[in-house]
Amino acid sequence: MVRGRALNRFLQRPAAVAGLVVIAVFVTLAVLAPLIAPFDPIATSWTAIRKAPSALHWMGTDENGRDVLSRVLFGARASLLAGVVSVAIAAGIGVPAGLLAGFAGGWIDAVLSRIVDAMLACPFLILAIALTAFLGPNLTNAMIAIGVSTAPRFMRVARAATLEIAGLDYVQAATTLGTTPLRIVVRHVAPNILPPVLVQASLALAAAIIAEASLSFLGLGQQPPSPSWGSMLNSAQRFLTQAPWLAVFPGLAIFLCVLSFNLVGDGLRDALDPRGR
Amino acid sequence: MRLFLLAAFCGLTCLSAAAASAQTLHIALREDADILDPTLARSYVGRIVFAGLCDKLFDIDEKLQIVPQLALSYEWSDPKTLVLHLRPNVTFHDGEAFDADAVKYSLERHLTMQGSFRRAEISVIDHVAVVDPMTVRLVLKSPSSPLLAILSDRAGMIVAPKAAEAAGKDFGLHPVCTGPFQFTERVAQDRIVLDRYPGYWDSRNVHFDRVIYQPMPDSAVLMANLHTGGIDLAERVLPSDVAEARKDPKLRVIDSPSLWYNGITFNLAHGDRAKAPIGQSALLRQAFEAAIDRQALSEVVFNGLYSPTIQAVPASSPFYVPGFEAPARDLAKAVALVKQSGVPTPVVVSMNVPNTPDNTQTAEVIQAMVREAGFDLKINLIEFASSLSAAAQGDFESFLIGWSGRADADGDLYVFLHTGAGQNDGRYSNPVVDHALDTARGLTDVAARREQYRVLLEQERQDLPIIYLNHPVNIVGMSAKLSGFRPIPDGIIRLQGLSVSK
Amino acid sequence: MKLGARIAQVIPTILLVSVLVFCLQQLMPGDPAIVLAGEERGDPRVLAQIRAELWLDRSLPEQYWHWISNVVHGDLGHSWRTRQPVAELIAQKLPVTAQVGVMAFLIAVLIGVPAGVVAAVKRDGPWDYVANAIGLAGLSMPNFWLGIMLILFVSVDLGWLPASGYVSPWEDWRQSLATTVMPAFVLGNSIAAILMRHTRSAMLSVLDQDYIRTARAKGLAEMTVILRHALRNALIPVVTLGALELGTLLSGAVLTEQVFSIPGFGKMVVDAVFNRDYPVVQGVVLVTALLFILLNLLADILYVLVDPRLRRA
Repeated sequence: MVRGRALNRFLQRPAAVAGLVVIAVFVTLAVLAPLIAPFDPIATSWTAIRKAPSALHWMGTDENGRDVLSRVLFGARASLLAGVVSVAIAAGIGVPAGLLAGFAGGWIDAVLSRIVDAMLACPFLILAIALTAFLGPNLTNAMIAIGVSTAPRFMRVARAATLEIAGLDYVQAATTLGTTPLRIVVRHVAPNILPPVLVQASLALAAAIIAEASLSFLGLGQQPPSPSWGSMLNSAQRFLTQAPWLAVFPGLAIFLCVLSFNLVGDGLRDALDPRGR
Repeated sequence: MRLFLLAAFCGLTCLSAAAASAQTLHIALREDADILDPTLARSYVGRIVFAGLCDKLFDIDEKLQIVPQLALSYEWSDPKTLVLHLRPNVTFHDGEAFDADAVKYSLERHLTMQGSFRRAEISVIDHVAVVDPMTVRLVLKSPSSPLLAILSDRAGMIVAPKAAEAAGKDFGLHPVCTGPFQFTERVAQDRIVLDRYPGYWDSRNVHFDRVIYQPMPDSAVLMANLHTGGIDLAERVLPSDVAEARKDPKLRVIDSPSLWYNGITFNLAHGDRAKAPIGQSALLRQAFEAAIDRQALSEVVFNGLYSPTIQAVPASSPFYVPGFEAPARDLAKAVALVKQSGVPTPVVVSMNVPNTPDNTQTAEVIQAMVREAGFDLKINLIEFASSLSAAAQGDFESFLIGWSGRADADGDLYVFLHTGAGQNDGRYSNPVVDHALDTARGLTDVAARREQYRVLLEQERQDLPIIYLNHPVNIVGMSAKLSGFRPIPDGIIRLQGLSVSK
Repeated sequence: MKLGARIAQVIPTILLVSVLVFCLQQLMPGDPAIVLAGEERGDPRVLAQIRAELWLDRSLPEQYWHWISNVVHGDLGHSWRTRQPVAELIAQKLPVTAQVGVMAFLIAVLIGVPAGVVAAVKRDGPWDYVANAIGLAGLSMPNFWLGIMLILFVSVDLGWLPASGYVSPWEDWRQSLATTVMPAFVLGNSIAAILMRHTRSAMLSVLDQDYIRTARAKGLAEMTVILRHALRNALIPVVTLGALELGTLLSGAVLTEQVFSIPGFGKMVVDAVFNRDYPVVQGVVLVTALLFILLNLLADILYVLVDPRLRRA
């Protein structure tokens, strides 16, 4: 019943719904890219290099004569995939660690919390750059690097929520009744930390898409010739004055996509936690 | 229209620059230099800064001929003994006199200092003897015709013995040499400032009081600064920026042949990754080459300015072997060769590519070209640092890598192709090539050496351990007011003779 | 949490950061000895010599101890690439990033706080939505892309400001301002969005308080109530929370400095990572982390000092 009310609250927010729709459109475009894209995104044409947007190429062509629109469409795959996978990794590491820290307490909590403090103290992007450099620059490794660098945030959220839940009377009662800790986590704690983790996830998705673009921008992400929005911006930078459209469209795509995830994240937070509003 | 926009690009910069440029020369570098110690330095841009700081025993001219600098003349008293007569009345920036002892000190420093990068270049020197204050004798272990050219680069730079001895490993923080300018200050990634050395032996050819070298890796920044006069002279302007720059009457763009080459090195015998089909089959490598359209590559990526080649040395070099011109693309031949190799298509080839934009684009263009011949080229983008490491450890099938080139062909060939040589990352080994390289080192006659390189080239064309792609051009952008610039193929900017015309 | 315990936590955190920083770069591929050997990379003797000199042939704990004991004595080592002392490099770069950072923070406060106040006062009205939308837009734009777009429009098309580069304020303060205002805006804009949200929620909770109602009941002008009474109290949490955003700022500086070619901290660390200049990477990240931790601590202390209610907690 609580969920139902939350859903209603979410649906009453036009901005959040709009965000959700845009995300759905992006996902559809990414999935159907091979059918929709007017050109092969890696088909080069030495006679159509850096042509401005036209009726044939709506977003122009790039430095190898490839259709920018098709590349933006296919690039959505890399960006969405990077967002989802790295957030899954971050949550996969961070949430169990947070549960453990919050529930076990004592020295385990102290050690985990200090590690998280230490990781959060290093600038996020430098951490991700170093990790990607360590693993070798490609999309998979960029996703792992972003996931690992984002994990501390999930750990903090999960830990705080766990502490809050664990302090509640009925959970304490369950503990005294001899229910195993694992059972308490599964039955009581996990469902209750879901809302804050969900909110964190949608915001982290937005951040992860930007992070992937940043790493690709530095030449540490998607391997050519496959496009990603960040790597398109990377090669666009050389032709900023000669071919500005190369920089405009992939950037707009990132902006729209990230904005939508942020809108959904905000909407979720308001819907799930009315006190925040 | 664009030009107007660009002129407005740095509206404010030009104001401050105009006032200062009467005596100060602003030079833009593509990246920051490394340590400013001739013995320890490694980077190409470092050599440009050294041109202001440190004179060398010899220099090279536009035609790659050896000309005197700190050594007035030389003679070979026998094939293993080189006698140098030094220039008198030269002093170091700290006032110490330049003499035979200083030359002996510097060469020995190059040979013995821990971490020296010059050792391999001049390891042929057995010992250095001082004959009199203005004469030194270099006794070699074996004849070496490339030595003079090597002494016209960092190995021939003479440092002030007292200052070097006092500073030890920190000499690079405050280098003291005999060059036209002396070191003033350095702010990492921002600027290196040199001031005129009043006691310079050739000071009538020095027309600036101060030189500021500024690293500008971003080409948009570089061009904006050139257009607005914030920078007087820029090295390695990108080919894609040339057309724009030529439209500006306040600028002059000079492109001249360089010593650089771009190429693909294959792993033939270095560890497990050499076992890939492309490393094992010369036919496949020939097919790979036949599928590449070098002219189109140059046009797409380098605005047609880079000249296609199949040799390590450029056509401007006396060591260039006539008759070995880059062939046109031959797709039918490529397809036939792949078939002949018996390897089923698509032939998967992995290529390590340093992750700079023009390397990436080159790789993408090649990828599209060789696909038509049945190759599936996997581009492995990798940071430059990792790419060198991977090369040294044999962790590559092929490697897209360039070389800044040396005045003497030996410096472009020996270390890459001789069995066991320092940069022979693919472990190519062929007795014919080794013999030609060794023989050429013992010959002083250019024509005779060129004949050896012809023999080498014939063998190399069969085996293709390296597919040479093109020779870049040195593109220098400068203020039209600047005169006296000399385009030397090594791309190093000589400050002597440069001046601002009224 | 007690302040004493909070301060005591800082030390293990800093130690962990140092271990983390050290391990991270040891794991990076690209044997630094090979990178440093350059053209002599095929010669095992050269490699052995470089490794010996840089302690790379020792065990990791030995290397770590060597480094950290020097750091404790104030010696951050020197760059492997240029041999400049790392401390000197940091001293050269920190003011540059600090200048851009402070300007960014000012811009963020100038945009974020008024927007937050308007949003709170006109709660759920159109201005609230506009402020929210602008804030979210700022958060959703990749810094480096915003930078590129600004260069394209403000510098290339309009020619109002230099595209990039940096001039020190001591050399020419007007030039300095001109070169740093765009990067500062790029950095400040995402922080503005966060400040806006903090201000809005802090204002909302303050506006519900009794003393505001009393002030209004007394017939004070709405403007006076908002500015003198509400905002003053709302700003306390905003400023302390804002201090935490300095971490975001340092992270953002990495790419922004790259785009605008500003020779600061961020550019130095990226170049150092790519050049495998370990002492520089270690030094910069350690100092950054230290700054971040100290600012956090300061914010916590400040928070407790200005808000007596928290002392009991």
